[in-house]
Amino acid sequence: MALKIVKGSIDRMFDKNLQDLVRGIRNHKEDEAKYISTCIDEIKQELKQDNIAVKANAVCKLTYLQMLGYDVSWAAFNIVEVMSSSKFTYKRIGYLAASQCFHEGTDVIMLTTNQIRKDLSSPHQYDTGVALTGLSCFVTPDLARDLANDIMTLMSHTKPYIRKKAVLIMYKVFLKYPESLRPAFPRLKEKLEDPDPGVQSAAVNVICELARRNPKNYLSLAPLFFKLMTSSTNNWVLIKIIKLFGALTPLEPRLGKKLIEPLTNLIHSTSAMSLLYECVNTVIAVLISLSSGMPNHSASIQLCVQKLRILIEDSDQNLKYLGLLAMSKILKTHPKSVQSHKDLILQCLDDKDESIRLRALDLLYGMVSKKNLMEIVKKLMLHVDKAEGTTYRDELLTKIIDICSQSNYQYITNFEWYISILVELTRLEGTRHGHLIASQMLDVAIRVKAIRGFAVAQMATLLDNAHLLTGNTQRNGICEVLYAAAWICGEFSEHLEDPMQTLEAMLRPKVATLPGHIQAVYVQNAAKLFATVLRKHEGETDSHAAQETSQLLIDRLPLFVQSANLEVQERASCILQLVKYIQKLQQKKVEVAEEVTALFAGELNPVAPKAQKKVPVPEGLDLDAWINKPPSESESEDEKPKAVFAKEEPKHSRSRHTEVDEKELARRREARKREQANNPFYIKASPSSQKVYDAPGVEHIPVVQIDLSVPLKVPGMPMSDQYLKLEEERRQKEKAERKKEKKKKREKRGKERKADSGPESEEDIAPAHQVDIVTEEMPENALPSDDDDKDPNDPHKALDIDLDKPLADSEKLPVRTHRPEVLKSPAEDRVNESIPQETKKRSGKEKKEKKKGKEKDRKRSKEEKKKKKHKEVEEELLESHPEEAVQSEETKEAATPPTSTSAEIKPTVHWFPVQKSSKHKKKKQKKEKEEKEKKKKKRHHHHHHHSNAGGEDSVQNGTVEEEEPLPPMSNYFLLAENSYIKMVYDIQGNHQDESKVVVSVIFENKSDSFLKSMEFNVLDSLNSKLQRPEGAGAHDSLTVPFQLPPGISNEAHFVFSVQSIVMPQKLKGTLTFIVKSDESSTHEKLDFKLHFTCTSYLITTPCYLYDAYAKLLESGDLKGSSLRLEGINMPFHHLLARICFHHHFSVVERIDSCASMYSRSIQGHHVCLLVKTSDQTVSIDAKCDEPSLLGNVLDEIKQTFSKC
Amino acid sequence: MIKAILIFNNHGKPRLSKFYEHYTEDTEQQIIRETFHLVSKRDENICNFLEGGLLIGGSDNKLIYRHYATLYFVFCVDSSESELGILDLIQVLVETLDKCFENVCELDLIFHVDKVHNILAEMVMGGMVLETNMSEIITQVEAQGKMEKSEAGITGAPARAVSAVKNMNLPEMPKNINIGDISIKVPNLPSFK
Repeated sequence: MALKIVKGSIDRMFDKNLQDLVRGIRNHKEDEAKYISTCIDEIKQELKQDNIAVKANAVCKLTYLQMLGYDVSWAAFNIVEVMSSSKFTYKRIGYLAASQCFHEGTDVIMLTTNQIRKDLSSPHQYDTGVALTGLSCFVTPDLARDLANDIMTLMSHTKPYIRKKAVLIMYKVFLKYPESLRPAFPRLKEKLEDPDPGVQSAAVNVICELARRNPKNYLSLAPLFFKLMTSSTNNWVLIKIIKLFGALTPLEPRLGKKLIEPLTNLIHSTSAMSLLYECVNTVIAVLISLSSGMPNHSASIQLCVQKLRILIEDSDQNLKYLGLLAMSKILKTHPKSVQSHKDLILQCLDDKDESIRLRALDLLYGMVSKKNLMEIVKKLMLHVDKAEGTTYRDELLTKIIDICSQSNYQYITNFEWYISILVELTRLEGTRHGHLIASQMLDVAIRVKAIRGFAVAQMATLLDNAHLLTGNTQRNGICEVLYAAAWICGEFSEHLEDPMQTLEAMLRPKVATLPGHIQAVYVQNAAKLFATVLRKHEGETDSHAAQETSQLLIDRLPLFVQSANLEVQERASCILQLVKYIQKLQQKKVEVAEEVTALFAGELNPVAPKAQKKVPVPEGLDLDAWINKPPSESESEDEKPKAVFAKEEPKHSRSRHTEVDEKELARRREARKREQANNPFYIKASPSSQKVYDAPGVEHIPVVQIDLSVPLKVPGMPMSDQYLKLEEERRQKEKAERKKEKKKKREKRGKERKADSGPESEEDIAPAHQVDIVTEEMPENALPSDDDDKDPNDPHKALDIDLDKPLADSEKLPVRTHRPEVLKSPAEDRVNESIPQETKKRSGKEKKEKKKGKEKDRKRSKEEKKKKKHKEVEEELLESHPEEAVQSEETKEAATPPTSTSAEIKPTVHWFPVQKSSKHKKKKQKKEKEEKEKKKKKRHHHHHHHSNAGGEDSVQNGTVEEEEPLPPMSNYFLLAENSYIKMVYDIQGNHQDESKVVVSVIFENKSDSFLKSMEFNVLDSLNSKLQRPEGAGAHDSLTVPFQLPPGISNEAHFVFSVQSIVMPQKLKGTLTFIVKSDESSTHEKLDFKLHFTCTSYLITTPCYLYDAYAKLLESGDLKGSSLRLEGINMPFHHLLARICFHHHFSVVERIDSCASMYSRSIQGHHVCLLVKTSDQTVSIDAKCDEPSLLGNVLDEIKQTFSKC
Repeated sequence: MIKAILIFNNHGKPRLSKFYEHYTEDTEQQIIRETFHLVSKRDENICNFLEGGLLIGGSDNKLIYRHYATLYFVFCVDSSESELGILDLIQVLVETLDKCFENVCELDLIFHVDKVHNILAEMVMGGMVLETNMSEIITQVEAQGKMEKSEAGITGAPARAVSAVKNMNLPEMPKNINIGDISIKVPNLPSFK
């Protein structure tokens, strides 16, 4: 043996370690992948060896390979093995590997529960620390549920090192297992005042994370945080708290008022920029929340802006960036104070750092007003020209459009200017945002009626010069604009100066190189233009022009008929035939213009993007109901619904046509013309489109002169600038006019001082022309709800829990079932104490104030109690941890499916006899346990070896490799029930005491009245006796330690001593209670029979070793018996799980449809089962050293299965 | 919350990756590559924050990085972290590494990535800042180092001897150190504490 060890360690010396691996990889630069794959093969060999050191080394190497991108999940089981090593060195390697590659989908994670629990309660703080760190990375909902209580205990550990880690990890636990938040919260809150700054900081950290997502639940902590803020000197903590306040203030304005002063003090005093910055941020948040009513409001804003300006002017780019970031927050509520720093922000646009430029752009977005929009956009346009790199240029482009179009074009006073900006933007090469420009053009042209004439002229120019844009068709970009241009020209063709020319431009052969969807629009709109041209020439004596147009179309359209794009083809051939027909009519001198125009009559109205969604479902319409009975399968399914829609559709289209009211249209047109004519700045239509540029009043502006030697008008010449100047002039003029008016007014009515004073404000700027933005159509009685922005998958949603409500009974953390006295935790105490509190609350609100005082007292005393208890708990932890090792993970999983959450034992009842003697006994037991533990540890190791040798099968016994989820199971059986109360119960054996069982009874109040003074009594038999407090008589009843408000249930525990456990027993008992309703109270009584089955004397005891099990069977001490069950048609693993769960067995080994199981009675009888199944028949061969016990257990098993 | 911590060199070779949310190995590599791509093309004298929201999680996220000699230290964090605070944390991390490795250089990180992980674990846990006090971090790291040594005890001795021999047998070892033997300079930053 010794030789083997030596040999092992010598072998090990020549294994590659991590450094060798790294070195090797660096030496094999050319064939790295190949080298690594040989290394992985080596690692696989090493993992097969027994030596844990070799395994750890291999796992360590795997962690490195994982970083390089290799999947190492195949070694998950080996990682678990290394994690469970007793040596810290290896354990740490294992946990590191696990933290790097385990996740919720890793199946072996469920094997780790007990190992982690053991490590958490290890006496060495670093074992615990390493386990906590690892767990924080791979905690799953199951782990969180199973370990929440253990971690909560660690929050009160003596070592701050453990405490802070336990506190931090609670956040992860909450995320995965939200039910734990309420029970754990009181202790978490306590940790805010921990003497150790690290723990305190961790608690602040966790609460800040929680509060960030659901701030309203944490408002009550504000005073505590306020105290911390004024007392703490740790900048980390301060930053977190200040950030938290930023999240809280919007909910509670009073808090904000209180905060301003200390925060401004901090701003003045601190030298740490990080803290200063966060303070400014929070002050901003406060000021945002206090929209009004602060006297020194503007002073604080000024201070913030001032400090931010210092940050922005700093040479440190980081500060500059953050300054801009914070500035943008102020902007939202106090735009004016930021606008005064426009110079600084525009300056930032020139910064070499893109992040800073983007931030500055964001700021500009909010800084625009009617007054400065043109100026700002002009600056941006300059940057567009200068910008290198398409990404930034594209960003600028979108920002310009964003800025202009924000809040429904609120800041645009002159849409001609905007259209020209858009046209200018089309000159950008290689932009990706052609469609954005296009949609803006369409939007403006459709919604701003007054602009259509201008827009159409511009678009016609664009179409005419399409070749300039199509230069870079490949880059899917700018040619999108032509889509808009064609549509606008077609739709609003009545505004066109020369429709013929535009028509010609749209039918040029080069158009065929454009993308299909654009061609389709071209074709369709060519037809619209055609209609316009016809109309224009109607009535002329010489129909030559009209016929020429038809001929043009007939000549050019065949090009599109041949298009590969279906839509283009279809439209083109339709229109071609139409035109041919029209041509025929024309030759017969028939007037067709009216009919052709009618094809495109009617106006399109913009529809709001959400309109469809907002259509309310009419009353009485059930969308899920069948319109027709579901068709039989032979019928074709899509025929009938089709018919339904076919009927409706024509209606829609017709209604649009009938809407057309020619008079109305004419009237509108007239109004527009009048309005345009009255507007001196509107560029009036003149017969030649060239003259657009020399509109009256513009001559003196240095417009880029059109070189007439160049026959083409260059689209989008920098003419937007002219608007800027125009605008300024216009404003000057208006101002002057207004002044005049004012003067007049003042002269007239000098006494009356009306409110129009002060400098030119936003609202004073009248738009250059009446802008009638057509609002987007919404369905009638649209639903106002706008709740489509919350992400339903956000894990934090589950943590939106009211933390101030007292804990209800159902909210305890799950605790393992078989060690009642160890698991005493203060939080659970509170669970019970809180119940009477709750009832009192219900009884009267007016007493609330008084009660608060009382509660405070109670809290104080509670805290004292708690402190004592902490110590106890810790002592107990130290004593008890070996016990943990015994519990096998597999069996536990099987024995406590989710329903067991409510089945834990609460050791709070003060008359609990076990507790009184527990201290004494424990010391005795401790020694025994330690011996046991030693043995078991040995066995444990053996087990590992065994499992490696035998492949993975033996490890995956029990329910680990569950194929199907188990149905929920409960061990609680009905005890008795009447119209007031329902009692269910469960009996559990107790490892420590061979003559005691604990009966857990859940009392549920079914009535509407209060139940109180519940007394529980049982007629003892010779064999089984209810444990009563010392001094009580043998027939005295026990008081149930709580009252039940209506609809509430709670659990109490009663300890019974038993002598012989070989026979089942029934005990008669009575529950008496007082039913208290508003008027009366009555005394009620409920009889019951407690059934002590033999199963309840069995305790789930894992048996790791098949060898030991086999030996036990061979020893001959056991008597056999057997049982056959017919007609069982449940999966085998369900069957096993049922036996495990209801009868407290554990699986020793499972091979196919055969499993051996083991359990032990509280008095140490071994019970072994061999379960086989074939075709719905289950045979159970059983052995036990007590035949009558065995017989009864088998009977009970039979009963369990006869029920299902 | 810190979503991820990445350390890679000037060529984008990962030296440490710690993700506090689960991604597949492929995604992780992609994130490292893209982060490197984003960070490496930035000049020295521009701000250390990047909106890298596309990589991990939502638009709430930021990349905060520092560049020391041959290494980039990148933290991906969400809006609950203070930007300047994280910059200081990176500084603390580097200074701690410097103390633990005695003049840390890229090679230390290459060959002792496990150690770096252990140091990091004392600072950040599950994406939340655990400890920022350097001396406390070093105390804990050293105490664990001691424990490791005592466990290795006699059985560890031969292994150490062999590794020494191994290094002796490999005279080309210094040749391997073709990159990164410049030690990471740790400038003193006044901003925190």
